[in-house]
Amino acid sequence: MDSFIFTQPTTIGQAIESAAKSPTAQQGARVRFVAGGTTLIDLMKLNVERPQEIVDINALPLNRIEPSSTGGLAIGALARNSDVARHPTVLRDYPVLSQALLSGASPQLRNMATTAGNLLQRTRCVYFRDTAHACNKREPGSGCSAIDGHNRMLAILGTSKDCIATNPSDQNVALTALEATIQIQSSKGKRSVPIHDFYLEPGSTPNRENLLEPGDLITSVTLPPPVAGAHSTYLKLRDRAAYEFALASAAIVMKVSGGKIQHIRVALGGVGTKPWRSFEAEQALVGRAPDRAVFVKAAEAALSDARPASENAFKVELCRRSIVRALTMSTMSA
Amino acid sequence: MAKHPTDKEFEAPSRVDAESYPDSASVAPPAEAPSANRVSRRAFLSHLGAAGLTAAAPPVLAATPAPAAPAPSTTADALGEGTVSINLKVNGQSHALRLDPRTTLLDCLRENLALPGTKKGCDHGQCGACTVHVNGRRVNSCLSFAVMHPNDEITTIEGIGQPDHLHPMQAAFIEHDGYQCGYCTSGQIMSAIAVLRENVGPTDADVKQAMYGNICRCGAYSNIVAAVQQVRQSS
Repeated sequence: MDSFIFTQPTTIGQAIESAAKSPTAQQGARVRFVAGGTTLIDLMKLNVERPQEIVDINALPLNRIEPSSTGGLAIGALARNSDVARHPTVLRDYPVLSQALLSGASPQLRNMATTAGNLLQRTRCVYFRDTAHACNKREPGSGCSAIDGHNRMLAILGTSKDCIATNPSDQNVALTALEATIQIQSSKGKRSVPIHDFYLEPGSTPNRENLLEPGDLITSVTLPPPVAGAHSTYLKLRDRAAYEFALASAAIVMKVSGGKIQHIRVALGGVGTKPWRSFEAEQALVGRAPDRAVFVKAAEAALSDARPASENAFKVELCRRSIVRALTMSTMSA
Repeated sequence: MAKHPTDKEFEAPSRVDAESYPDSASVAPPAEAPSANRVSRRAFLSHLGAAGLTAAAPPVLAATPAPAAPAPSTTADALGEGTVSINLKVNGQSHALRLDPRTTLLDCLRENLALPGTKKGCDHGQCGACTVHVNGRRVNSCLSFAVMHPNDEITTIEGIGQPDHLHPMQAAFIEHDGYQCGYCTSGQIMSAIAVLRENVGPTDADVKQAMYGNICRCGAYSNIVAAVQQVRQSS
């Protein structure tokens, strides 16, 4: 691990000023914030991340979970995954988020990991994590070792000829189905970015994963007011029942009224290069009766653009079935 | 009765026990060399490593005393540049340290503070062997820098109990044979003690779900669960 300058600012302004010095906030950043450390320190040990300065933001006042000004919930950037997962308001109004968080990582990691850190979690692609192999995400133009290599765990949606790496987070899939907004502060002021717009597909620049610029600090994630009468499910399918990333997952928020689906959000995990909002599935569901035939058609629509790689074609059918199952579970919890 | 750092009667040791950790970096070498029979396993193995495996006589036969402690990492001259000063509170005791910021909490505990009870299994947060408590919450110490913890209360397995006054969880692990090689065990016990304070359902399946962040290559899981359940049911 390369050595680094280590600072512990006590104000947001100090933190932002330190980070603004980096030429990029994306892969290759020279200044990194550290909160839980569970992604950053892991990658620094592999020399995938090599910041010259680390700004420890744990002293900043960003860990509260409280009602937002619009009747929803504001989750501080530094709120720990375990605290969010067991918060009474999350359990009552946004249970899909709690389910998603509790399905991920381990109790120890959830006690360390933060909301914003989880937003910025990096891919588990083995070639990204191994500097002995060519990787366009680490070094654009050097090639993608995964496309002709081991890609069983990688993406079938949102891929490009340069990168097929999955976003592995469970939290982000639930936040996508909940239409969360990310609050960012920089020297230029504050701005809000809907989570669906926050992430970038790899295209020809897989090193750029999100909209953050140097000096941007995520301060909170806000959830809109809960949809009254909605039911939600997070279904995660994986090789082991615990302590393992998703092969395919589905987050559903659904409200049925008068025998018809009135409100529906579908987000997919384990299959996309970013947390994958499936507008195709939603359009095939809204206004229709919540029965199996409708669910199957919606699942087919969700995966119609899937482009599997050499080892992950099974994910197409697995993901379709996870959507049907998650939708079915959402009606049963009604 | 087992003493615990939160017990009012608990007295934190005033210095690290030099007999248990004779070659630790932060402890002064003993004033007189221990007798030939008292070379620790740690000293024996480190001598073998230093001399090479082709050394003529193993150190214990040559009645070699414990090796001189390497220059303590607290010497500012040797490590001034790029280091960070920090006060760490571990098992109720404060330590003034000057550290390379790359030092993980795990390595600091084991190497700088001579508390090797916490183990390094994977060094990447995937096995739980390095589990300690920070402010009462279980965490993987391999994925945190020591310098990130200036105001935190850190508890390691050494602070949970000692051979002459075991924590009930340690006693239960012994009673139920909850370990084989012992390498995952301190992490398992630290996790299990945290489970006592968390909201975990009553069944064995609930305990397994709460403990899945600690893996055991020897497969002692069923005995570990039995130990945890005994302590839960008796308190």
